[in-house]
Amino acid sequence: MISEHTVKAFDEDITRLRGLITEMGGLAETALEGALDALIRGDEVLAERIVADDRKLDTLEIEVDRLAVKIIALRAPMADDLREVIAALKIAGVVERIGDYAKNIAKRVGQIEGRTRFEPLTLLPAMADLAAEMVHDVLTAYAARDPALAREVIASDKKVDAFYNSIFRNLVSHMVENPATISSAAQLLFVARNIERIGDHATNVAEMVYFAATGSYPLDDDS
Amino acid sequence: MHKPLVLPWAGLMIAAASAILIALSGIPVPYALAIWLVWSLTLLISQPHEPIVESDPRPEGLSRESLIGMIENAHSPLLLVDRKRVLIANASARALLGEHVVGQDVRVAIRHPRAIALMDSDTHGEAIVTGLVRRKDVYRVSRYAIDDHTAVIELISKTAESDVSRAHTDFVANASHELRTPLSSIIGYVETLSEHPEDIDEATARKFLDTIHREAQRLQNLVSDLMSLSRVEAEKHDRPDAPVDLNHLVERAAREGAGANRSERVTFEAEGQFEVLGDTQQLEQLVRNLVDNALKYGRPDSPVVLRLTESALGEAKLEVVDQGEGIEPEHLPHLTRRFYRTDPGRSRMSGGTGLGLAIVKHIVERHHGRLDIESEVGQGTTVTVRIPQYHAPGATEDTQAAEETSSDRVTQVPQSGEAPPAT
Repeated sequence: MISEHTVKAFDEDITRLRGLITEMGGLAETALEGALDALIRGDEVLAERIVADDRKLDTLEIEVDRLAVKIIALRAPMADDLREVIAALKIAGVVERIGDYAKNIAKRVGQIEGRTRFEPLTLLPAMADLAAEMVHDVLTAYAARDPALAREVIASDKKVDAFYNSIFRNLVSHMVENPATISSAAQLLFVARNIERIGDHATNVAEMVYFAATGSYPLDDDS
Repeated sequence: MHKPLVLPWAGLMIAAASAILIALSGIPVPYALAIWLVWSLTLLISQPHEPIVESDPRPEGLSRESLIGMIENAHSPLLLVDRKRVLIANASARALLGEHVVGQDVRVAIRHPRAIALMDSDTHGEAIVTGLVRRKDVYRVSRYAIDDHTAVIELISKTAESDVSRAHTDFVANASHELRTPLSSIIGYVETLSEHPEDIDEATARKFLDTIHREAQRLQNLVSDLMSLSRVEAEKHDRPDAPVDLNHLVERAAREGAGANRSERVTFEAEGQFEVLGDTQQLEQLVRNLVDNALKYGRPDSPVVLRLTESALGEAKLEVVDQGEGIEPEHLPHLTRRFYRTDPGRSRMSGGTGLGLAIVKHIVERHHGRLDIESEVGQGTTVTVRIPQYHAPGATEDTQAAEETSSDRVTQVPQSGEAPPAT
């Protein structure tokens, strides 16, 4: 059983805070999966829905902010409780950013022409899979307060970066060879960039999860 | 504490009447009053108490412990949620979601927006949710409200079913990929031949033509395999009803499957006569595919043994045994999947379509039989097909059925031909 605080209301606040964070995570995760799906299938209706759904994420972030500030102000948490609240505050911001990137990918869906014959499009799903996996894992790590899984997420960011570099080169050479498709390819370049940023943000969340669970930051051995 | 005070009116009236009578009968009024007062008070004091509802030492309802015990060992993951907080998670829920979920906000356990919308409602309902534990899994989340703030959440895995539909899409993608590969090489060679005929000498042109021929043949095999697969699949649920002489059929099909130049490697043994309800063409195809595989993946010049015996359960059991490299155990479960290849390059080189075993599996299923593949790396592979036997109601029908199936050949000697029995 989890250790309980003397002030029961504090427990309830923390539980609610964690619930809100994971709810945000769930939204960001679905937005990301949906955006990639929309991109690959060229589903503009789905893309529009994702853009619209992003608002929920913003509302939740505000709610998290308020609750976190309230907890700090009223309960003056100490030690791991304080870490938990601070981490939640930061994670909420980062998860909201992940949602923004997903929204941005969805926005570009309508701007890629000749989708079915556009070869570079086939490069993205594998990279996107990797990033989505990271987001999924980091949220699971947060839910389980699992620093080991968080470390794993941090480690897999390198793979996403490597993917990004290869896709970048690929797209640039594609643009050189097919100047007619430059505008579509440039859009994809931004999509790849967004996915790469999502990977970075998942890493940030992982660092916060690690911090909340252990009190120290994982060694920053890349960058 | 405040109970409505019920006055014993009747008693009080009697007391009052008695007091008046006493007063009238000459006793001084103060005495009469005193008597009335005492009487009334005793009436009030001795008023029967409401029976106190004692809390039953053994409650009829379920305690929290018995509730935990009740759902603990249920097969499907169950959560008991009170005001969005997980009160109880049974063993399979903890195994699925992790030990940490107990006491947490339910959103920590299940964070998909659709599930959260479900939790926010206060009625029964269900939602299909992806990525509950692993990213690609699919679960059906059902919420059964107990009262306005507690509910039971049930999680049922639907991953297998969604896998089936995904496998279907994969199939279309794979099939077009498989068809495209030979086509593009045919087109490439033909283009080269027609665009620069002057640069190509006789020998090269011959080589190109051979390649084109081989690829075209592969394409033809693939198309015919795809067609028989779709035919077998379409008929999958109607069991064939014609009795078939298995001994005769296996022997003939094995010979055909091996072809003239490989047939001396094939040995057929039978212990007894077997008859099954079957589709002659399909059963022949089954044997041909298995023999072809065994010859292809067996070591060159190693024998392939077909053995027809009775299984422990009384079924007709056909074993096809080769002596080859064998198959790694991790590949075994996937062998009957379409286009699954343990070694893609080699399979294509030998003209495989990747559909052979998928077709075999479907044929076996249609005949209500079972297919097992055992393999030992370095030793070889044994494919076993078991099909329920058909016992003709009368002995006379036996020959009749045999004649029916042996349309072109009347040589009824089961162990004739190029393959002598190796015992």
